[in-house]
Amino acid sequence: MRETMAAALVRLAGWCATALLLAIILYLTRESGGMLNRDLVLGPAWDPVADPPRFGALPLLAGTLWVTLGAAALAGPVGVAAALWLAEAAPPDAAAAVRGTLELLAAMPSVIIGFVGLVAVAPWVQRTFALPTGYTALTGSLLLAWMALPTIVTLGADALAAVPARYREASAGLGATPWETLTRAVLPAAGPGLAAACTLGLGRVVGETMVVLMVTGNVPVAAASPLQPVQTLTATVAAEMGEAVQGSIHYRALFALGLLLLAVNLGLSWMAAGLAGPHRQG
Amino acid sequence: MAGLALAGAAATVPAVGAMGYIAWRGVPELTREFLTRAPAAGFAGGGIGPAIAGTCILLLLTVAVALPLGLGAAIYVREYAPQGPGARAIRLAVAALAGVPSVVYGLFGLALFGIGLQLGPSLLTGGLTLGLLVLPMVIAAAEAALAAVPRSQREASLALGAGRWQTVWHAVLPLAAPGILTGVVLAVGRAAGETAPVLFTAAALYLPHWPRSLTERAMTLPTHLYAVATQVPGVPAGRQYATALVLLILVFVLNLAAIILRARFRRWRQPRKKEVVSLHDVHRPASPRPPGASESASAGGRTRRRG
Repeated sequence: MRETMAAALVRLAGWCATALLLAIILYLTRESGGMLNRDLVLGPAWDPVADPPRFGALPLLAGTLWVTLGAAALAGPVGVAAALWLAEAAPPDAAAAVRGTLELLAAMPSVIIGFVGLVAVAPWVQRTFALPTGYTALTGSLLLAWMALPTIVTLGADALAAVPARYREASAGLGATPWETLTRAVLPAAGPGLAAACTLGLGRVVGETMVVLMVTGNVPVAAASPLQPVQTLTATVAAEMGEAVQGSIHYRALFALGLLLLAVNLGLSWMAAGLAGPHRQG
Repeated sequence: MAGLALAGAAATVPAVGAMGYIAWRGVPELTREFLTRAPAAGFAGGGIGPAIAGTCILLLLTVAVALPLGLGAAIYVREYAPQGPGARAIRLAVAALAGVPSVVYGLFGLALFGIGLQLGPSLLTGGLTLGLLVLPMVIAAAEAALAAVPRSQREASLALGAGRWQTVWHAVLPLAAPGILTGVVLAVGRAAGETAPVLFTAAALYLPHWPRSLTERAMTLPTHLYAVATQVPGVPAGRQYATALVLLILVFVLNLAAIILRARFRRWRQPRKKEVVSLHDVHRPASPRPPGASESASAGGRTRRRG
């Protein structure tokens, strides 16, 4: 009797994860009430307080793209280089210290990183580039790159450590220098794993909300350069959801943005799984 | 190689610097009054007591949701149906859920609990939302902890005539408990700092009294930091740094607790584990590897010797 009951309860809990994923998709679709369509995705202006209000996600997509690409361009090379150092060249004590610090950084709440951006990075960007404001896409990119590093470095180092020792030995046996071994044998072999690490880091960046909300200026106009203010998808939802009247067009449009965000993230995480999957088997 | 070391430094030095600076600016403001009083005079006076209380209540609700569901799901996947299509679907869902942005969880929580169940923006809505947000983390951690329990433990129990649930409850869970606990503490640490999903499901910008009911809005620590840093002009800088410091301490204490738990768990499990020598290890030159040194550390050592 107890056994059957326990089995039923456990089975029920087991399905909750699957049910949750389906429920998220279902509820977002329902609440967006068909707003996720071509007009929204390709609409050129976002202005919920205009008369009539305009709900076009293009400037927001551009904002997300600026910030994310900037973060990827910064975090990718630095992250892979740091992963190489961690896996191949770091003295054990230094490697342990770096791993520990990265773990702490990964645990740091995003609102604190945004706060650091407000008090340190935004003023620095403003001074360095002599801008009218420090709240720019670049400021967001710098902070998001910093946030993505723990993921890229630790997963990247794991991918490098998983390269079979015989690759290095064969390369060294042919007379290659350590640097040649690293760049010609180890790096290509770890390529898919490193790409997966970068994609996962990027996934964290695309969905990040507080940092961009706090430091990118929140101007929903497609920027011509990373030194201009932008507004991202996530920041729009976080900033405007509190004011949107339930069931209004604005409310439905914000849920449509959430659905768009969900689609991008699920796509990215499946991409990362696809990149990492075959590599792990081999 | 020096360039690579520089990248390693770039990844870590700013983090330590930022934490040090927040601590340096925040500590002078950390008085007992600041930690225990309600805010007063806008944000210029009083303290952040209600925000700390609000966050603690949210975290209790988070555990109440995520622990039973997550543990149950992990037991199902690991002990009841490890190979079936159900387990595969659950693992896929957990991986996908881990990639869902937190602000999307906020939207979902608002739609399901706030509007669907008519709880409105309240502590209850926020706590349920955070519970679901960390659910994938708890499932993954609990599954790993269950997987680490030796098979012989289950076989011995089943051989004594115990049922499946009796085996799980008396033979498997006690051994997996520290690992599960580690996962839950880490999940709580993550929930403590989450801001965006709390912003429109639970948080009140300025509510200068202690939380009274689960069905009301309340102040929370991360949203309070957001508010004093961006929404309200002229809050003294020291109070902003002190708020950030309190949140930072809360999150780090939770993470430190998890790290200590994990270390204990490992040491305690060590004697039962046989030293496994894989073919992979045979290829390696015999190097005196310090106990606990990671794979990468020994790989680094080898590269240097050869160069």
